Amino acid sequence: MRGVLAALAGILFGTGLLISGMTDTTKVQGWLDVFGQWDPTLAFVMGGAILPMLIAWRFTRNREPLVGGQFPAPPRPELDRRLVAGSVLFGMGWGLAGLCPGPAMASLSFGGTGGVIFLVAMVAGMIAAPKVGTQLDRIANAT
Amino acid sequence: MNPEWIWGLVGGLLIGLGGAVFLLGNGRVMGASGILGGLVDGTGKGNLGERLAFIAGVIGAPLVLRPLIAPQSETHLTADLAVVIAAGLLVGVGTRIANGCTSGHGVCGISRFSLRGIVATVFYILAGGMTIALFRHVWGVI
Repeated sequence: MRGVLAALAGILFGTGLLISGMTDTTKVQGWLDVFGQWDPTLAFVMGGAILPMLIAWRFTRNREPLVGGQFPAPPRPELDRRLVAGSVLFGMGWGLAGLCPGPAMASLSFGGTGGVIFLVAMVAGMIAAPKVGTQLDRIANAT
Repeated sequence: MNPEWIWGLVGGLLIGLGGAVFLLGNGRVMGASGILGGLVDGTGKGNLGERLAFIAGVIGAPLVLRPLIAPQSETHLTADLAVVIAAGLLVGVGTRIANGCTSGHGVCGISRFSLRGIVATVFYILAGGMTIALFRHVWGVI
């Protein structure tokens, strides 16, 4: 059951990324490019995606997930250096290529060699992340 | 309204619906970087099947549906492999250090008014915008 629901979620996510145009790097970079030909599409995608989730989070109150277990704990209130530093690094990569993790996977079947190379580099970055995070902490603590 | 915006909205609704299925069904936050990251760094061994099924759906749905609904869609990814590799590394490292990306912090975080999700989203958008401004308009390399 968990697998079936996860696959269904993945199918909806992948299909949504494809038809929204988010697998097209020019649309993503176009949204970030406020000094060029600004493309507002990404704002519509974000808005459209947040709507069902707003309702879904309301439904989690006093209930449990379909497969049992527990819903995610309430969001932590505290901010930290890793959240900000990681988001800045992610944003730089996102701007450079116009791909984030979801679309990188969703476009794998038609993104050519470049898409595969991006995904391999991204996975390598994910595996290296704990070490990089420790180094960042060390540098920050030393200064 | 521009048809591309309408497709953006429709696609966005599907993305949110996927997040809702994952949340209400499995009780989990649908974050692409977390689901893939936990699979490749070994921290997600406990729910390997769920991760694999989700990723199979994300990759498989466009593989099957693209010829039918969006045959002309392309990624238009830069041919500059140095940029592709640097960007991939940054996205991989950054999303795991920040513990989330556009889907986890963005879609799922903002919709529950999570301060961490909102702050992360502000910072990756600012960083992305500044990167485009510098690399495209100042240095002209992308």
